[in-house]
Amino acid sequence: MEYTPPPFFRRGPSLLARLGFFAILSLILLYADARFHYMEAIRKAIAVVLYPFQELADTPGQAASRIGSFFVSQSYLQRENDRLSHENFLHAGQLQSQQALIAENQHLRQLLEMQERMEQTSTVAEILYVGRDAFSRKVIIDRGSSQGIEEGAAVIDDTGLIGQVTRTFPWTAEVALISDREQVVPAQVVRNGLRAVVFGIGYDGALDLRFMPVNADIENGDVLVTSGIDGVYPPGLPVAVVSNIERNAAYPFAKITCTPSAGPNRNRQVLVMSRLAPLPDYPVPLEAKKGKAKKPRKGG
Amino acid sequence: MMRAPIFGRLTGSEEILLPVRPLYIAITLFVAMMINLLPVTGWVLALRPDFVALVLLYWGIYQPRKVGFLPAFLLGLAMDVADGSLLGQHALAYSVMMYAAIFLHRRVSMFDMRHQILHVLPILLMMQLIVLGVRHAAGGEFPGWGYFLTSITGALLWPATDLLLKMPLRQRIDPDEA
Repeated sequence: MEYTPPPFFRRGPSLLARLGFFAILSLILLYADARFHYMEAIRKAIAVVLYPFQELADTPGQAASRIGSFFVSQSYLQRENDRLSHENFLHAGQLQSQQALIAENQHLRQLLEMQERMEQTSTVAEILYVGRDAFSRKVIIDRGSSQGIEEGAAVIDDTGLIGQVTRTFPWTAEVALISDREQVVPAQVVRNGLRAVVFGIGYDGALDLRFMPVNADIENGDVLVTSGIDGVYPPGLPVAVVSNIERNAAYPFAKITCTPSAGPNRNRQVLVMSRLAPLPDYPVPLEAKKGKAKKPRKGG
Repeated sequence: MMRAPIFGRLTGSEEILLPVRPLYIAITLFVAMMINLLPVTGWVLALRPDFVALVLLYWGIYQPRKVGFLPAFLLGLAMDVADGSLLGQHALAYSVMMYAAIFLHRRVSMFDMRHQILHVLPILLMMQLIVLGVRHAAGGEFPGWGYFLTSITGALLWPATDLLLKMPLRQRIDPDEA
């Protein structure tokens, strides 16, 4: 840059030209990825190349936790064993009554000629690492499309909904957490069945319940579960607990904050649910159909 | 009064090192990528500098003929895929950083470590600003001022990077004594 070399010291194109080439190339990639999502094939190819290194980088942490778990105290194991057998006992009771309920539910649904609820299969996966992108909330799990993980599948842990699979690679998948800014979960208040929409706000530990009127029947401590009307999340998964309500008559909507029920910081094991059966098509209003058949004429 | 040498101050960079082989550069970049891929969370993640950027910057300044835009671009793409971010944001940021490194390499290597940090910090901050700008254009939100902490820790780790990367290049036998 600061001098021009004599022709026998040629070094190819100038520094600025090389920068321009690579900058334009990355800008094209960025634009195609952000606007049209054309880059998924390239992304998958790079992910396959990167996968062994990712596994290798994950090894020290895995080994450390394995060694750590080897040296746990007897009393801790004893306590955990007690707790688990107690929980197991409780769950066994619930399971027995649930089987009766499932049979009854099936029978009632048949009587009412309602659609059968899909039996859902699920895959256990482990969180490989938390996404390092500061602008989104994502985790990467160690199961991918080769293990039957599909894009759009709901991901839960033992306490509730964690997020949704947004990208699948052959052996890994990317899960957008419900706290991601772009994640929206249709939910329902357990107490009164009120439907609401839960928005992520970009950081852990808080979610927004938006577009609820100031006089909506919502109280602190209300449990929100997925409503299932979106056809993405199965109904009834715990999403969050309402933690703070600000009702200000000056605004059309109340400001409601909730605490998510589950969190990826708690444990590494997660459950990936299978996709739901696709919902029937949205009914097109009769007038719209007519309008399509006969081209509406403007003016008169 | 100490007599200052004509060509800058006498710094570590003026000792005679073994020639840098491209394989060594590739290995250091690979190790940096592995460190970046380590599954860390919480405070460690918030403070962890981008080691790939740091090592790329180091070789851009000290061996500008041996690294160019291509490794910066490809490593950027790899980091984008690993982070699950927009494809190309790190590629763009690393390419611009490499330009700054090669453009400033004669100037930066004249200074001692403390003053080199003052050169490295703005370059790293600029790199993060590019990522921020790209995400803003794509509809992202400002992630808070803590986002820039990694540049500061990265710049503070510059002397350690220098020490570590030069260690295998030191001559085993001092040629003056033999």
